[in-house]
Amino acid sequence: MFTALKRIIKSGAVNFWRNGWLSTATVLIMTISLLTWTGLFLSNVVLTSVLSVLSEKVDISVYFSLNAKEADILAMKSRIEGLEEVSIVEYVSSANALEIFKKRHEGDEVLLKSVNELDGNPLEASLNILAKDSSQYAAVASFVGENEFKNIVSKINYTENKIVIERLSNIIKVMRESGIIISLVLGFLAFLVAFNTVRLAIYSSREEITIMKLVGASNWFVRGPFIVEGVLHGIAASAFAFMAVIPGIGFLGPKLFNFLPEINLVQYFYGNFFGILFFQTLAGIALGIFSSFMAARKYLKV
Amino acid sequence: MIRFENVSKIYNSHSAALRNVSFEVKPQEFVSVVGRSGAGKSTLLKLLIAEEKPTGGRIFFNKNNILEMKPKELPFLRRQIGAVFQDFKLLPNKTAYENIAFAMEVVGKSEEEIKTDVPKVLDLVGLKDKSGNFPRELSGGEKQRVALARALVHRPSVIVADEPTGNLDPINTWDIIRLLIKINELGTTVVLATHDKEIINALERRVVSLEKGAVIRDENPGRYILS
Repeated sequence: MFTALKRIIKSGAVNFWRNGWLSTATVLIMTISLLTWTGLFLSNVVLTSVLSVLSEKVDISVYFSLNAKEADILAMKSRIEGLEEVSIVEYVSSANALEIFKKRHEGDEVLLKSVNELDGNPLEASLNILAKDSSQYAAVASFVGENEFKNIVSKINYTENKIVIERLSNIIKVMRESGIIISLVLGFLAFLVAFNTVRLAIYSSREEITIMKLVGASNWFVRGPFIVEGVLHGIAASAFAFMAVIPGIGFLGPKLFNFLPEINLVQYFYGNFFGILFFQTLAGIALGIFSSFMAARKYLKV
Repeated sequence: MIRFENVSKIYNSHSAALRNVSFEVKPQEFVSVVGRSGAGKSTLLKLLIAEEKPTGGRIFFNKNNILEMKPKELPFLRRQIGAVFQDFKLLPNKTAYENIAFAMEVVGKSEEEIKTDVPKVLDLVGLKDKSGNFPRELSGGEKQRVALARALVHRPSVIVADEPTGNLDPINTWDIIRLLIKINELGTTVVLATHDKEIINALERRVVSLEKGAVIRDENPGRYILS
């Protein structure tokens, strides 16, 4: 058993080396497939971050009339926090609101002076609500408008921004879904290309497979070396793909960072360096083994 | 040892490669199967190594019906039969040494046995100095000698040779035939399919003649006589 395994591995490695050009071509095609997979994975990471950044930008604010009691507002806050759809609720008191207003208009002397001349604080207290999903704002807004504290509510900005929020939420949904579909389609195409390359390589060895069978080799003794070759193709392809990914990330990462400061692809990549390398190599090996196994099967029926 | 019982092989309604072929080969015999091209010689040998299945009849090897063997059992049958083909069927990516060693690896021989036996067989077929050459670097005669070495290195009980000299010049032809005679004298059964009249008449051994897929003559010793 051990001797047979040793022979299979040796034979696979020798074939990999002797089939020079064929191995090179297979490895290069597989490299492209792995690059596509890794590229799709990283694009999905970026897309997810972009979408979550976008989602966080969408929130609704509930403003309370000036005479509303803080206790009531806080009671309402905890009610809203109890909703399943809600992620974060932030309370901004009138005083806070004024502070923020002053800070925002620091240079604007005229505006600040006119605010100071007013008797009291004209700004209303508010609750900023961030939902878990942007499609749930309608439900949250109707809850706010209809519960027992509705009398102290002066304004819900959802009603004003409804169209924009809905449109944005639709865009996010479509992008998420199409991202998944595009990834699946492209991933499958990349798989097919690599699979067919291995099939062609093994097709050129069909005569050899028949000879081995006629000499009395068992199916595993014939198939084994092809699978070993498949593993070697996978490992080599993963190494090449990684050599291309590293400079690619180095080039694209900072550009993306300038454009979207929330997404640091370089940091993400190096933070998950070994994970990505591991899964990419695993994918390469699995691709090699599966393709060789399936392709050789056809010619073993002698 | 080998028994064909009413074996037929029909490819389609217009062409029957073999019709009701019956004959027996005893241990250590040297049997030549003769006939024109298309008479069914190759089909007969392909059926014996289970490369193809007959459409009718039974084939026995050492009392086991080949047709009842499961796919997993076929390698064990083939390891008992050394096969030599007209087109050599050498593994192109393996050297002469590795091609011969492959037959030993398949049956699970140890590295030590391979290291002692392969050079001996290479010496026997006169290719000691070509052990590191790939098939593409060998002449037709040399390739066939490697194929013969591969067929006999694991000491099978039978050697079947399908037109082994079909692609060779007269000198190489006789080298191969002499080797087959020698192997037979050492105790291995030989089944030789050929259409070479000169060889058959010189051998003076048993001859089974095929015509249009049927056995028309089975004589011991026989001659090459076709109507």
